[in-house]
Amino acid sequence: MGRPVAIIGVGQTNHGRRMDVCYPDLVREAVVRVYEETGLNPDDIDGVVSGTMPSMMEGVALTHFYFADAMKAGGKPILKTETCGSTGVSIAHTAYYWISSGMADLILAVGHEKMNEGDSQATMTTVAEPFYQRYFIAGAPGVFSMQSQMWSVRYGLEEEKVRDAAAFISVTHHDSAFDNPYAHIKMQVTMEDVKTSRVITYPVRLLDVCPNSDGACAVLFASDKMVKKLGLDKVAWVKGVGYRGEEYYFGDSDKAVWQSAVEAARQAYDMAGIKDPRKELDVAEVYNPFTFQEMMFYECFGFCGLGEAPDLVLKGTFARNGELPCDPSGGTLCTNPIGATGLIRTAEAALQVMGKAGDHQIPGAKTALSHAMGGVDQFNGIMIVGSEL
Amino acid sequence: MAKEFKTIKTEIRLPYELAYGATWTRFFEGMENEIIYGTKCSKCGRVLVPARSFCPRCFVDTDEWVETAQEGVLTAWSYVNYKYFGQPIEPPFIGALIRLDGTDVDFLHLIGGFDLSDFDLVRKTVKNGMRVKAAWSNERKGHILDLKYFEPV
Ligand SMILES: [Zn+2]
Repeated sequence: MGRPVAIIGVGQTNHGRRMDVCYPDLVREAVVRVYEETGLNPDDIDGVVSGTMPSMMEGVALTHFYFADAMKAGGKPILKTETCGSTGVSIAHTAYYWISSGMADLILAVGHEKMNEGDSQATMTTVAEPFYQRYFIAGAPGVFSMQSQMWSVRYGLEEEKVRDAAAFISVTHHDSAFDNPYAHIKMQVTMEDVKTSRVITYPVRLLDVCPNSDGACAVLFASDKMVKKLGLDKVAWVKGVGYRGEEYYFGDSDKAVWQSAVEAARQAYDMAGIKDPRKELDVAEVYNPFTFQEMMFYECFGFCGLGEAPDLVLKGTFARNGELPCDPSGGTLCTNPIGATGLIRTAEAALQVMGKAGDHQIPGAKTALSHAMGGVDQFNGIMIVGSEL
Repeated sequence: MAKEFKTIKTEIRLPYELAYGATWTRFFEGMENEIIYGTKCSKCGRVLVPARSFCPRCFVDTDEWVETAQEGVLTAWSYVNYKYFGQPIEPPFIGALIRLDGTDVDFLHLIGGFDLSDFDLVRKTVKNGMRVKAAWSNERKGHILDLKYFEPV
């Protein structure tokens, strides 16, 4: 294993429909905030890594070139990491690998997207080739809905119960978003609202789906040596990382028990020494653009057994005051600037263990899991952070 | 009151000519002739569909061609009821995974051939595990949509 690495600061934009700023200014808003938060400045940085999902969302092909100035990356090593929806966690991994390897002491990681400027679902279908899969994936909702449909049938889950549990997740996350100053959708919804909203891709309805958000997130990663040198005490140490990809063809691997999610979590748990995640984790920021899919992740990550998630959701196990609170920030369901979203999950996990999550702080949180997924049901990434080295 | 800022409308159009190579070429010739081609891996024995030039697990060439069954079972589906720019198929439609008889992976395509206008009716009639069979277009041109959809048997 390499050197210990910590997250020492987080900067987020106010996410939402941000037609008041051009894209580079949006990115700079997050970057300026992380420097304000930490008292550091761009001269201190050894390198910059950024990413989006995919670049053509906003019609500009090479964003790390476009944002070199907004990230103050001139004269520094610069990298771009792009893994569809999991981009944000992959950016965090890149920063981690970079410092852990001993090649750098301080890295700026930036994720960004301006979803309102293009046609997000049309862009997302371009991740598939245009002679076979592109015709049928129907944007992100198409494939991910098929996956949750397969899961609920596999475990013989009663349609009404799964529907209720998904609605419960929507209601609680929408409530939580009111406590997150950076969240996009702040709207009170009832179980009935969710269950009667328009069908987007069965079983997924409008209030089961994330919004198109504009936003950016900047995170500073530091070596243990740098943490000591700066005399910092409240940092989030990276305890575990895990990542898995799957085969290209959607029909080639089982999606009901999503192996890349299972294996990515297992890798991160092994590294962090976690045996019973539901007990040992204090909070999780699960990437949840779709309520139904969130329940699959609970199972794949070992928060509960296969097919058990809906019952536990309805019992409140994963609610803010439950045994393992999931997405107290309101999650991806309420804020989704895709290239930033995974990094926001990691940033939120870091804020929790640093005790800086404000109104959505889980009291006493010491260990937190962050996650992102993407591709045509293909990629899953995890980063676990903790308050102690 | 927030000030309204200006925007610019723009679009990108770029021409491409993508090579199918030998395997996809033969697969799409099959489509033109109402044949679904798969290839069989000599190492793991799986029949893969659509046909591949290699097995993604064993990483060996797959040169044994198989004409797959035209029937199979539905393993997952999603009723798509929203629109995006350039969408190739007009909604509502049902994206589906189908396990064709004798194959070892799910084939991603559509199911149809029945009334899709009433979602509640669709939800009652479409079930995982139901048998479906290929329905072909009369005007075929070596394209994935020469196969219109899979319809209930
Ligand atoms: Zn094989």
